[in-house]
Amino acid sequence: MRFRGKLVDISCIQHFTRVLGTISKIIKSCVLRITPTTWYFILSEKVVSGGVQIWCELPQGHFFDEYAMDGVSAEDNEIYLEVVPENLVKAIRTAQAAKWIKIKLTKKHAPCLTVEVDLPTVSAHSRLVVHDVPVSVVPHRMWPDYQEPELPQFDVSICMPQIKTLRNIVEKMKNLNNCLTLAANYNGELKLSVSTDMVSVSTHYQDLVNPVRRDMGSDEDREPQAFSEAKIDIRRFAQFLSGQQVIPNRVICNIVHKRVVHFYLQHEDVSLQYFMPVIAT
Amino acid sequence: MALSTQQSNDDDQYVLLAKLDNVRHVSTILKAIHFKEIATLFASPMGLKVTVEDAKCVQANAFIQESIFHHYIIKEEQVNFKINLTVLLECLTIFGSSAVPGVSTSLKMCYAGYGCPLLLILEEDGVLTDCSIKTLEPDEVLDFNFLSTNVINKIIMKSECLKEAFSELDMTSDVLQILLSPDPPYFRLSTFGNSGSTHSDFPKDSDMVESFQCTQTQTNRYKISLLKPSVKALTLSARVSIRIDNRGFLSLQYMIKNEDGQVCFVEYYCSPDEDVDEAEH
Repeated sequence: MRFRGKLVDISCIQHFTRVLGTISKIIKSCVLRITPTTWYFILSEKVVSGGVQIWCELPQGHFFDEYAMDGVSAEDNEIYLEVVPENLVKAIRTAQAAKWIKIKLTKKHAPCLTVEVDLPTVSAHSRLVVHDVPVSVVPHRMWPDYQEPELPQFDVSICMPQIKTLRNIVEKMKNLNNCLTLAANYNGELKLSVSTDMVSVSTHYQDLVNPVRRDMGSDEDREPQAFSEAKIDIRRFAQFLSGQQVIPNRVICNIVHKRVVHFYLQHEDVSLQYFMPVIAT
Repeated sequence: MALSTQQSNDDDQYVLLAKLDNVRHVSTILKAIHFKEIATLFASPMGLKVTVEDAKCVQANAFIQESIFHHYIIKEEQVNFKINLTVLLECLTIFGSSAVPGVSTSLKMCYAGYGCPLLLILEEDGVLTDCSIKTLEPDEVLDFNFLSTNVINKIIMKSECLKEAFSELDMTSDVLQILLSPDPPYFRLSTFGNSGSTHSDFPKDSDMVESFQCTQTQTNRYKISLLKPSVKALTLSARVSIRIDNRGFLSLQYMIKNEDGQVCFVEYYCSPDEDVDEAEH
C-alpha cells in the first residue's frame, strides 16, 4: 500500500481546505477511500448508532498536481482508511499560503497520513511543517460495509432555498423542539414545521425548482400539490446547514414519504450525499 | 384569488388584528423585558403593553403604542392574556434578528379572543412563516402604586454613561445602593462585593444629565439580581429617567428609538431591599 499526493495551486489548496472543513463539521470520524481517480469520505452508521449515511466524492484531478497510489493488490487498487477529518483540517489549516502540500501515507509508530507543508519565507531558508495524522487501515473484508448507498425511488425532489436564510430559521426552530417535519411537493413548495404543546410554527417556501425526474413513469398520477413529508432530528439538520463552508451550487432535497430524507450537495466538482435518519411517527 | 378574499373575511373574526412592516420594531422592545419566560399582554385601543414580573419585587412593562403598527384594530376595550415570551420572541425573530439592510420582515398578528391562540404570520422575501402560540389564563399583575406626586428624587439622563456603570456591576454584591441627593455626591451607585466596595458618582452638572430634580437625600438598596435584567433595556435606550418615591420604590423609564425614529418606552419598577431599621418601625 502506497499513497502520495501533492497540491501546488493555492486556489486548489484553499478549496480543498474548505471542502474538508465542511466535512469535518458534519462528520467526527469516517472512512477515507482512496482510489486512482477519487477521494471518498464515507460515513455509514448502523441504524442503532444513528443511521446517518454520508457519501462524499472529490475527484483527485481537481485538487492534486501529483498523485500516485498502489492499493492493497492489483485487482483491488484501493485504500480504505479510518480518519478524523478534523485532524486533517487542523493539519492543512496552516497551509493557506503554502507553496505546496504533500500528503503521504506513512508508517511511523502507527499508520499516519503525513501532511508536509512548505511555507513561504522571506529568506532563502524554507519552512517545512509536518503533521502526522493517525489513521487506521480498514481491512479488506470490511470494505463491503462502505459501498455507495443505493438511492431509493424518491416521492419528491426539490432544490433547497438559500442555505443562509434557511439556517436562521432552523436555528430558531431548534430552540422550540427537537424534531422538524420537512415536507415538499412537485409544485415547488417546501414546508418546515415544528410543533409543541405551546406553539406550532411552519415556514413555507414557494417557487422552488423541482429537478426533472429521471423516471417519470411510475408515479405520474401523483398530484403535484400533494406533500411528501418526513420528520428529522432538528439538531442534525442545523449542524448540516451550519457546517457549509462552501456555498454549494445546488442542494437537492429528496424525500421518500415518512422513510427517507436525502440531501445531495453539488459544488463544482465535489458532491456530497447525506442520508438523514427519519424519526418514526 | 380565492385565498385572499377568504383571508379578509377571516379577519373579521379577530378581536385583535395588528400589522407591521418591520417586525424588529416589536421584537427589540420585547427583548428589553425578556428576563422571565412568561409575560402578560394587555391590548387596548392605545396599543400593546407587555408585562414581565419576577419575585413579586420587580416588574417590567414594554409599551408598543398603536402608531408603531401600520394597521391596528381592536374590537374590545381591553384584551389580555399570558404568553410564553421566549417562544414569542423565537417566532418573531425566526428570519434572523440582525438587521439586514433592504430586507425587513412583515408581521400580521391576530387573536380571536379568550382561549384562542395568538396567530403570527411573518413574511420575508416571499417566504411565509405561520406561528400559532397558545395563550394562557391571565393573572393579576402587581400594582406598585407608584404615583408621580410621591416622587422625591428624579433624574433624566442620557443612557450612555449609565450603560457602562450597569454592565460592569459587581455581581458578587447582593445589592445595588442608589444614593440621590441635592448635595454632593448627588447621584452615586455603590456595590459591596467580595473584592471590595465600588462607588460610581455622577455629577449633576454633567452633559449627560438632562434634568436633576432631587429634593432630599435618599439612600436605598435594591437586589442586584433584580436590577441586572434592566441592562437589556438600558443598552437599547437613548435616555433614561430614574425616579424614587417616598417609600423607596424605584422606577426606571427607558426611551427607546427604533430605526424609523419612532419612540417607545420600557419601564422597570423595583421594590427596595428590606431594610432592618425600617422593618422595626
